[in-house]
Amino acid sequence: MSLIYPRDGLSAYPKHLTPAYKSTVKRAPTKPLVLMPHTLSEMTGPIYGHDAIQDNDNDLTKQGKGEPLGERIIVHGHVLDENKRPVPDALVELWQANACGRYVHLVDQHPAPLDPNFTGAGRTVTDKAGYYKFITVKPGAYPWGNHHNAWRPNHIHFSVFGHSFLSRLVTQMYFPGDYLFPFDPIFNSVTDERDRARMISTFDLENTIPDWALCFRFDIVLRGRDKTPEDMD
Amino acid sequence: MSELTPSQTVGPFYAYGLTPKGRAKWDPNGHYSWKETIGDNLVTPDVVGDRIRIEGGIYDGDGKPIPDAMLEIWQADGQGRYSNEPGSRRLPNTSFKGHGRSACDGNGVFSFDTVKPGQVAGPGGKMQAPHIVVCIFGRGMLRQVYTRMYFDGEAANAADPVLALVPAERRDTLMAKKQGNVWRFDVHMQGDKETVFFDV
Ligand SMILES: [Fe+3]
Repeated sequence: MSLIYPRDGLSAYPKHLTPAYKSTVKRAPTKPLVLMPHTLSEMTGPIYGHDAIQDNDNDLTKQGKGEPLGERIIVHGHVLDENKRPVPDALVELWQANACGRYVHLVDQHPAPLDPNFTGAGRTVTDKAGYYKFITVKPGAYPWGNHHNAWRPNHIHFSVFGHSFLSRLVTQMYFPGDYLFPFDPIFNSVTDERDRARMISTFDLENTIPDWALCFRFDIVLRGRDKTPEDMD
Repeated sequence: MSELTPSQTVGPFYAYGLTPKGRAKWDPNGHYSWKETIGDNLVTPDVVGDRIRIEGGIYDGDGKPIPDAMLEIWQADGQGRYSNEPGSRRLPNTSFKGHGRSACDGNGVFSFDTVKPGQVAGPGGKMQAPHIVVCIFGRGMLRQVYTRMYFDGEAANAADPVLALVPAERRDTLMAKKQGNVWRFDVHMQGDKETVFFDV
């Protein structure tokens, strides 16, 4: 039973049970997970090519009749595997609150205004180099009910597919220097500072477009196989 | 030293981005104009296999439904072929992807329309019983959990190499049960009936 996708890197992930994030208490498995070999079922995975998306799906400022309010930003980067190989043709989906910290969602009760020109959802597919790019507005911070005076740091939710079902990743991108970091149990569910740092985008002056939009870089690293793909054929 | 980008919870508000059609389960009058890329109906006109419907609920440690969970499934077609399998068995001529995504409704209920998967090889070339890989995301879940759905009563279950790793008294948590025209598959995150989750 060869283990082609290493598990060591998963040490960077949060524990299922992280009591400071209260909802994990009733939703985390309590029995030990059953260790299993990776079979074809885990090592294959869906691939979504460019036919899955439409032009401008990656531009969240163009989905309404007018422009959404807020700071216009560019978010871009590469999807890589843990061996630093680019992941081409990866479907990257994102969703986020508007500039006021409000989601377009029935259940979101935060008394901040909706923006008629902002839905907060986007998607794209990485190119040959694993590169992706979105244009959006900077999401606002918002309160939540975890504890007294709990506020989420500004963040964008990301959903990414690698080339296997094991590489599937849902994460959140944060912004550099957020003053809410020390108080957020979701961010701090990742216990090692160096691991947390990989969830924080970096300000990218070089790709900031003068008189138009600030730019942030966010590289996303997925689980990857130890060996070359040819080994499996 | 890990290089991986850590996982974070999908949160409660994923619907617009990930399951725009699934939002109708919450608000039949709410119209999300955003189109759906990955939905809960996997059936394509050219798919090979017997059509099945899967329904289930997902429950927390108090037995309460988890309305803001999201499930993804990954499976082979009726002939045991994955859509992007390397090599010659790659689906030659059908558009079946084998990947589905379902939001839960207010009662934590999810559903999929698909085909029953065929058998695929496991470790050492030994055939696995028909199964579907299930990946679960939700608010209060900082990383996805993996489980598998098998088909109750399937003869091949007895020789399945992955089921064999599961303590006998817990295997039943992985069995979908035939109820009329539906395969029922409930997921319990905790408790006496806690579903077996895999360390993959
Ligand atoms: Fe959020």
